Amino acid sequence: MIELVSESRCIACNLCVSACPVNVFDAVPDSPPVIARQDDCQTCFMCELYCPVDALYVSPDADRVGIADESLLADAGTLGGYRRAVGWTKGSESQRSTDQSFRVLNKY
Amino acid sequence: MGSIDSNFASVADHLGTREHVADVLVIGGGPAGTWAAVRAASLGARVVLADKGFCGTSGAAAPSGNGVWYIPPDPALREEAMAGREQLGGWLADREWMRRVLDQTWDNMLQLDEWGYPFPRDEGGTPRRGSLQGPEYMRLMRSRVKRAGVRILDHSPALELLVDDKGAVAGASGISRQAGERWLVRAGAVVIATGGCAFLSRALGCNVLTGDGLLMGAEVGAELTSMEFSNAYGIAPAFSSVTKTAFYRYARFLREDGSVIEGASGHSRSKIARALLQGPVYAVLDQAAPDLHDALRLAQPNFFLPFDRAGIDPFTQRFAVTLRLEGTVRGTGGLRITDKTCATSVPGLYAAGDAATRELICGGFTGGGSHNAAWAMSSGAWAGAGAADYARQLGSNHVARHVHRAGSTAVRDTGGQVLDPSAVASAVQAEVFPYERNYFRHAERLQDSLGRLDALWHAQRHSRGADNTRVIRAREAAAMTATARWMYRSALARTETRGMHKREEHPGLDPKQHHLITAGGLDEIWTSTRPATTPQPEALTKEAA
Ligand SMILES: Cc1cc2nc3c(=O)[nH]c(=O)nc-3n(C[C@H](O)[C@H](O)[C@H](O)COP(=O)(O)OP(=O)(O)OC[C@H]3O[C@@H](n4cnc5c(N)ncnc54)[C@H](O)[C@@H]3O)c2cc1C
Ligand code: SF4
Ligand code: SF4
Repeated sequence: MIELVSESRCIACNLCVSACPVNVFDAVPDSPPVIARQDDCQTCFMCELYCPVDALYVSPDADRVGIADESLLADAGTLGGYRRAVGWTKGSESQRSTDQSFRVLNKY
Repeated sequence: MGSIDSNFASVADHLGTREHVADVLVIGGGPAGTWAAVRAASLGARVVLADKGFCGTSGAAAPSGNGVWYIPPDPALREEAMAGREQLGGWLADREWMRRVLDQTWDNMLQLDEWGYPFPRDEGGTPRRGSLQGPEYMRLMRSRVKRAGVRILDHSPALELLVDDKGAVAGASGISRQAGERWLVRAGAVVIATGGCAFLSRALGCNVLTGDGLLMGAEVGAELTSMEFSNAYGIAPAFSSVTKTAFYRYARFLREDGSVIEGASGHSRSKIARALLQGPVYAVLDQAAPDLHDALRLAQPNFFLPFDRAGIDPFTQRFAVTLRLEGTVRGTGGLRITDKTCATSVPGLYAAGDAATRELICGGFTGGGSHNAAWAMSSGAWAGAGAADYARQLGSNHVARHVHRAGSTAVRDTGGQVLDPSAVASAVQAEVFPYERNYFRHAERLQDSLGRLDALWHAQRHSRGADNTRVIRAREAAAMTATARWMYRSALARTETRGMHKREEHPGLDPKQHHLITAGGLDEIWTSTRPATTPQPEALTKEAA
């Protein structure tokens, strides 16, 4: 579930407010959005992909609410890790076309 | 503009309403809805697309990604692909539709390549197009929808359809939850592309999929079909939402004491379900050779995300697994398609993707596994074209039609008590989640569940619409209730085991039930049968004689 909107990183662009399919966030004028409906989070990780500054952290736990430790996550490279894996950050673009499914899953 | 007839005030009536006019309204912005919108717009239709969430991130495909039924147009390869799943599907699919879907999917994948989807290339430089990464695919589809001039309404769930005096579908209305206003679209034709129903199980990307389109369709008289094939469960780490199942082909499944559950595999989930009824089940992907690990990570980054974050090495460490219900999402039940344009049994109403039946290409079994993605993009394109043609024939006068609101339940202020939508949803889950009810079915338990589900439906019928913030939830709960009832009525009507439908007291396939089951109705649910088009192997029929 969504656990963190980093106050220090967030630029209040509200992309996550739009991108979250189940409307978990509420926009706040001139401030980072708030996690208004955490219980509704479906742990789909999409908000992380749309955050341009890696300010969000979704814990892998789908049913339990935990508390994120921002500095630990930042040090471990977890913040932004999924965005890099799919090639959506500056510098990771080549990852966008490295899908190896044709080797391990389907023939074509 | 024509008038709108409201016998009852809508619960959202004191919100302002923003009205739009379109030739085609597409409800749902996943693969099916976006292909429908792009195609309809390319034929000159004015198109509005309304999504409950955000077109581009919402639905089953966006966060998960899809292997695609993408087979080169070589007769032998196509024949092999079609024959490959006929037995699994219980010989209920239709060859003609399989051919059409293979053709259309091939074209659509080339189209995606032209639009700039970053397909990988092999050593020989050949593009490999059999897989779509969800975030990438749906971000591209959103941009194509916008480029086509389609007006997108995000965070705008449809609540009910509008029908004209003759009963033809003429638009829909809903709520824009972030804008705090109501929307209403008068349209010549409507495409329902709202995905399947996974009953708020938190399977990956599925909590927006509550069967809303099935309910809206049934409220205007549309028929459903194959609703007994609705008990797909996805394997996930017990703590996780990630029901990506392909890599469990490399897994061994273990009991608490470390003993192997014989016969359990990604493809044989019933063994896992049985074992889960006894106690915890663990998996370890130690059958994947180490030199495959990197390729697996690159094929499905989202599969590894929960493991990496939980500090588990799935290749060497065992982890507890569960089965989350994906319901009709990776089943085959949905709105019945009546012709090649993906029309439903109601004029002006089209259906595509998981909201429509996938029986035409899968019969009684899917599990996703590339057919659903192919169906979503093909049926989406056809429904978009069909709806655009229909609207053109109506002409622009369609907006002058007098229309009625068709919502039946939990949408109007009709007196009675207010029900808590989350309590209704939990009550439905209690009937459809348990493996011993839905995975392994039995007449007694189906009847037992139906008794409570029917009562739940009638309680909602006689309840007052919830307030604005809750009307969306209340409609979702109503749609889940209705979907569960169509599922279990259809399941009762099939007294055999076929496709993914398993009846404990009827463990074998009964050649005499080589038919499809149609269902419909709201207060009273009915079922009937239609003959299947593909013959069953003679051996089966002889065995039974
Ligand atoms: C984990 C997982 C993995 C999968 N893997 C594969 C695979 O490898 N191969 C394969 O072929 N298939 C796979 N599938 C299935 C595939 O994702 C679906 O078949 C496909 O997404 C269907 O597309 P769709 O557009 O019909 O529905 P969806 O993608 O589910 O989109 C439905 C859309 O409708 C919207 N909506 C719902 N209700 C309303 C409403 N009331 N008003 C407005 N909008 C609404 C939703 O917000 C959503 O955007 C997988 C599914 C899952 C869950
Ligand atoms: S993980 Fe998905 S559901 Fe949860 S907040 Fe992020 S986008 Fe929303
Ligand atoms: S997307 Fe990121 S930067 Fe933008 S508002 Fe959300 S958390 Fe802040």
